[in-house]
Parts: sequence; C-alpha cells; structure tokens
Amino acid sequence: MTATVKEPQKEGSYKVDAIKEGVVIDHIPPKKALKVLEILGLAELDNVVIVGMNFSSKKMKMKDVVKIEKRVLTKDETDKISLIAPSASVSVIKDFKVVEKRHVEVPDEVKKVIQCPNPNCITQSNGVKSYFHIVKKTSPLQARCHYCEKIFDEKEFLF
Amino acid sequence: MNNNLFISLSVPLIFNMHFKDRDLISINDLSKEEILFLLDQAKKVEAFSHAKRFGLLQGKIMASLFFEPSTRTRLSFSSSMEGLGGRVIGFDDEKTTSVKKGESLFDTIKMVEQYADVIVMRHPRDGAARLAAEASSKPIINAGDGANQHPTQTLLDLFSILKTQGKLEGLNIAMVGDLKYGRTVHSLAMALSHFDCNLFFVAPPMLRMPKQYLDELRRKGMTVSEHEKMEDVLGKVDVLYMTRIQQERFPDPADYEKVKHVYRLTRKGLTNVKPNLKIMHPLPRINEISTLVDETPYAYYFQQAGNGIPVRQALILQIMGVQL
Ligand SMILES: [Zn+2]
Repeated sequence: MTATVKEPQKEGSYKVDAIKEGVVIDHIPPKKALKVLEILGLAELDNVVIVGMNFSSKKMKMKDVVKIEKRVLTKDETDKISLIAPSASVSVIKDFKVVEKRHVEVPDEVKKVIQCPNPNCITQSNGVKSYFHIVKKTSPLQARCHYCEKIFDEKEFLF
Repeated sequence: MNNNLFISLSVPLIFNMHFKDRDLISINDLSKEEILFLLDQAKKVEAFSHAKRFGLLQGKIMASLFFEPSTRTRLSFSSSMEGLGGRVIGFDDEKTTSVKKGESLFDTIKMVEQYADVIVMRHPRDGAARLAAEASSKPIINAGDGANQHPTQTLLDLFSILKTQGKLEGLNIAMVGDLKYGRTVHSLAMALSHFDCNLFFVAPPMLRMPKQYLDELRRKGMTVSEHEKMEDVLGKVDVLYMTRIQQERFPDPADYEKVKHVYRLTRKGLTNVKPNLKIMHPLPRINEISTLVDETPYAYYFQQAGNGIPVRQALILQIMGVQL
C-alpha cells in the first residue's frame, strides 16, 4: 500500500517518528522517490510505504523522502540507490526512535540498478540482469558494464 | 628472410599458472605474467613436431559455436584443435541451428556443455561470451563478441610482435586506420599497456582512438601520440599495425566514402623505414596494403595469421590442463 504525503512542509517539520519500525530515506533528489523504491525492490512488496515528493529543503531546494514500515534495509541494500540519490541519508527506526543513521556510499558494483546504454550489449536481450562495476566513485561517476565492458559516464546512466 | 630468432623472455616465469578449466573472455582478464606465460607456452608448442602435437588432446572434443560467420577464426580454431588430435563439433552460422528459432543463448550453452570439453564461441552481441561463461560448467573461449573482445587475436598479435622483435618492451608501435570501431586495436593497445611501448595512433579525425582508451593508456604511463598521416610515423616504428576501414560500421555511407581510401601502404612508401619493421594486419585487408608489399621483408600479416595456431593450441592445452 502506498500513500502520498501531499502537503509541502518545512524541513524537519514532517515527522520521522510517524513510523514505529522501519526505515526513512531522506534527501532523495526530487521526483526520484519512486525510482528509489523500484531499485530497492519495494515496489512489489506489501509493506506500508509512505512517499513524500517535492518537499522543500535547505540543502537541495526540493527533495523526496520515503518511509518504509516494518522493514530493515541493510547498508548493501541502501547503497544501491547511491547512483540515483548520492546525498540520501538513511535512518533506521525502532520503537519510534532513530537507532542508526547513515549516508549512502557508492558500492564497487551494482546489479539491476542501471541499464546498459550500449544497444548491442547482450543485456539488451536474453532477460539478463544488468551488472556494472563502478570504476570511478567520485562525481562524475563512471561505470563499466560487466558484459560488454564499455565504460559509461554518469550522464549516460539509464535507470 | 624470416626472422627466426626468438629471444627468450627475460622475465621469470611462473610455471604454476592456473589455466585449467578457466574461461578466456577478455584480454583484460589476464595479468602481464599470464600473458607472458601463454606466449611462452605458444613458443614451446611451435617447436613441437606435428606428430608430437597430435598426441596431446586425443579423445577431447571442442565445440565451435559461431553465432555469426567468421571463416578465418573458425578455421584457425578448428585447425588448432585437430592438430592436437582432438575433435571439433559445432555450427558455422546460427541460421542453420535452433538458435534462430528463439532458443536462448543460455539453453544452447547448457546443451552443448554436455557434449564438449571446451567451447569456443563467436557471437554478434557484446558481452555474449561472458554471459555464456556464467551458464557453462565447461570452459569458454571467446572468439569474438560483437565489437567487444577477441582475446586470442590479441595474444597472437603479441606473439607476432615478440617473435619478430624479440621483445615487447621499448618498441615503437603504430596502429593505423579505423581506431574508433576497431576491436583489435583497442585490445592490443590495452594489452601493450603492460609493456613500456610508445604507441602512435594514426587515423582520420572521424576514426580516432576513443578518449576512454587514450585516458586509460596515459593513466598507465604509456607514451601515446595521435597522427593523421601515416608518413609522419613510418620511419620511426618497429611495428606497423594496419586495419581495414569497415563500411558496415558507418551509420552514414557518405562518411565511409570520405575515409575509405585514406591509408594505402605501397612498396614505394617503404623506402625509409627501420630494417626490423614488420607490417601486421588482422586480415582480411581491403586495399590498405598493396599486394606488392607482400614481397617485401616487412610484410608479416600472413605469418601473423599462422601464429594463431600455436597461440590457440597453447591456450587450449592450458585450459585442458596439459602441462608442456
Ligand atoms: Zn553492456
């Protein structure tokens, strides 16, 4: 079930403790919240997910926020969103309290996150899962396709 | 006329290299030591008599899966395997197989691995061999995946350079022609980055070596320079690696017309060259090397193709766990 928080709010004024157990992912670039959920594989699950889009933010002007109930996301899982939301912060909530807060980090490799832009790549057919090695972890990022071995700049990434 | 001198490698060789049951998908999967080891093994195989070679892989079967036609590569692999006493099964063109009927690459490999000890494959898509290797319990040798890799070509190019020049370090090597789309020159340049060579890239502006490779080579400390005219480098180089300019690579036929005859090596053009110069070419050529050049001592492209046999035999033997 997905509910959307419609009202734009001032930073900090929306309630992190609106969920009892789960994860809050904050500082997602605006309009990317649904993509973040898709990358995390949460779009198909039955957990309660609260999606906030286009909140005003001091740091980013606008941002998206997602809250996922009754689900703990490991660092490996949340690092998968670093390519689309490099400044995202992750808060793990237990009993309405933040028990862990972390930033996402660019991992060495990502699977099923970005699609290979090379039209002749084998991953364009055969139902092959995409697989990239991040060869440059500072902005702008660069990633090498595990299969066609081509290196792509961040601006070419296809989510 | 041929330079039969083959100076021993000056690096200490590690004889416990583990190639048994390994795939060879990309030249980038091999370390410098592994490359030198394979070249040394090729040199050993080359010294064996045909009779001795023929006893090495009796009863072994190689599957040769050519999802797109490539007569030269297929013949070289088949000849290599049969020369070792092994047998070859497979297909030359996917049109004649169930692959065209929609059978997935995965399913094809899962079937073929039941029949063969080693699988050689060529496929039009980039990355197909890597994917096949994930599916297969039998070792896969990539004989070309789209525009990506053709590692045995790179090994035989290195073997040809080593054999004719006696070393891989400190050479002046020019690559000429289509450096933008040319898979062989990309792989060869990257492989040469293990060795301290000067690379001269000669191409029309439209077909320059992609920045990705130039950056990577410079990052590895290589001396590389770019040129438009072959004449600018001819007098300096030990190896002239020519490539053909392929029409099918050009989205716009007008662009092809502009560059198709831009490089043409003639006998007359070879008057002021180094005596040890060798001209190489992955073949087939179109018209970039005049047939009159064939008779000069610099022409090496046919011997280069022949070097594919000991190189591929050495690789197959290593993968099958045969120590020489
Ligand atoms: Zn790819």
